[in-house]
Amino acid sequence: MIATGTSPIPPGETVAPATGAASLPGPLRGAVRVFATLWRNRKARLGLLVLGVIVFVAIFAPLLAPYSPTSTGFTPYLGPSGTHFFGTTGQGQDVFSQMLYGTRISLLVGLSAGLLATLAAMIIGLVAGYLSGAVDVTLSFVTNLALVIPSLPLIIILAAYIPSRSVWTIVLVVAVTGWATGARVIRSQTSTLRSRDFVTAAVFSGERLPRIVFREILPNMTSLVAASFFGAATFAVMAEASLEFLGLGNPSTISWGTILYSAQTNNALLTGQWVVILAPGLAIALLALSFTLVNFGVDALSNPRLRERS
Amino acid sequence: MTYIARKLVLFVLTLWAAITLNFILPRLMPGSPVDAALANIASTGTVITPAQKQVVEDQLGVPHGSLLSEYWTYLNNTAHLRFGISYSFPTQTVAHTILEALPWTLILVGVATVLAFVIGTSLGVLAGWRRGSRSDTTITLSATTLSSFPPFWLGLLLLFALAYKLRWFPLGGGFNDGASPSWSIPFILDAIRHSVLPAVTLTVTALAGWVFGMRNNMINILGADYITFAEANGLRGRTIATMYAARNALLPNITVFGLALGGVIGGAVLVEGIFSYPGIGSLLFIAVTNRDFPLMQAIFLVITVSMLVCIFIVDLLYVRLDPRIRR
Repeated sequence: MIATGTSPIPPGETVAPATGAASLPGPLRGAVRVFATLWRNRKARLGLLVLGVIVFVAIFAPLLAPYSPTSTGFTPYLGPSGTHFFGTTGQGQDVFSQMLYGTRISLLVGLSAGLLATLAAMIIGLVAGYLSGAVDVTLSFVTNLALVIPSLPLIIILAAYIPSRSVWTIVLVVAVTGWATGARVIRSQTSTLRSRDFVTAAVFSGERLPRIVFREILPNMTSLVAASFFGAATFAVMAEASLEFLGLGNPSTISWGTILYSAQTNNALLTGQWVVILAPGLAIALLALSFTLVNFGVDALSNPRLRERS
Repeated sequence: MTYIARKLVLFVLTLWAAITLNFILPRLMPGSPVDAALANIASTGTVITPAQKQVVEDQLGVPHGSLLSEYWTYLNNTAHLRFGISYSFPTQTVAHTILEALPWTLILVGVATVLAFVIGTSLGVLAGWRRGSRSDTTITLSATTLSSFPPFWLGLLLLFALAYKLRWFPLGGGFNDGASPSWSIPFILDAIRHSVLPAVTLTVTALAGWVFGMRNNMINILGADYITFAEANGLRGRTIATMYAARNALLPNITVFGLALGGVIGGAVLVEGIFSYPGIGSLLFIAVTNRDFPLMQAIFLVITVSMLVCIFIVDLLYVRLDPRIRR
């Protein structure tokens, strides 16, 4: 088992609410506390800043882009210049504008697939960890199965079978394969929390199962949930780029993956248009890097030993 | 139940589940593989005659029995390595096509995984031991950055810079045109020269997991009492780091070796495709491009089964390494 984030949380570490944000409703208070802890970690702060810039570009792409990303009116195969920062595609589109608009798709796929996968990981992990016996054995078996089946080949096969070529297909396929790591970590944490006094107290006071699991146990695992979210989101960004590069995406959507795909089919490297290959790859790396950097802070959140000494 | 018996039962169950999943997946999908194949043929502008439809249906095995009897036929065919006929390589069986490609991928992925493990783990020991130092920051940040690059993209850049521009390495393939695979020294050297770039790409992008796993384990273990005791005894730092801390920190890292292999195999699909390396990955690349469902399914099965076997072997080796689990 990977040691990251699996060590039990010392009592008082995450259970005690931050007094400063006490006026906010519960979930929001948790979010504020997580953000504050993340901000204190140098690597996570860098990640949050990069992610912030990417979100900004995604939202304001129409204002920032000099041209329409789909307009084909320019001379094709232009190199980088003052009017076309990254050159033009074989169809005469402005690559720089496409890059800005592409931010939206990559971010959308990363965040929504991450969210879906985390939701699945949370439900399966919590249920398996809380209910011992046959349910746990079955769910753990399914989790382990999903872990050992190589995910990228599975995603490729699934995407090849599904006839519809939309971004949501990719989101769904990535979510279906990306939940297992999170589920395993959440399951093991739940099973250690299950025997704690506050859970026993909730059981004896007659609370129902969903309330015990989601309101009593779950809030103690904010960091694990966040970690599996950022892990799944990183995976989703990579998987989307890979699928689109393979030609399994919708070629008419503009994303970093499809820019790479059309660059490769137009032999961009051989025609000297290396910027068209370089830019989307760097952008994908930057987004994935920001998720990973934030996750460093999340790791430190759950494991005080990993905190930076400052 | 002993550890080995438990692992064996789990291995057999997982194997069965994976094989069954391979049977169910295409049947869960909207539209049948036959429709997809026909649509693929139609998209080239060919008008599909009933005879052609019949051929495709025969190839893909249109359901003509209950699901259970179909499942039985599938299991029987799989056991005899009968995977149907691929459209991409119609002259030979799917099993033969895959068997030809498998050794290339096994060697490439194996070498890349072991290299990534050795280099990544050593760097992780260093980073964990010198935690907070400049070398720690350098190691963690560069490993994070390298792992953020999509492997296929890194491969493209290496191919462009080192093979196309500088001409240090061949532009692709597994060996020189005209050479035929054999165990002669010149051929092996030639094959190594062709595999350097894909192997480097896969190794570099797989490093990070080992670095962080090892770094975290080291940091956790360095807080243990026996380390403090060793320090109090006046042992040299090097001895404590390598002989005391690293040996124990290594154990949890070894259990994920099999899983890490899956990540490298995933990367290998696209990287092999880019370098036209004659392995399973290129084959899957070709199969996906041609919507060659029989080949695709067989490759997926072979990849999954190889993974399961590797994980099982690692589990067995683990008994030798960690005496605690023998009880």
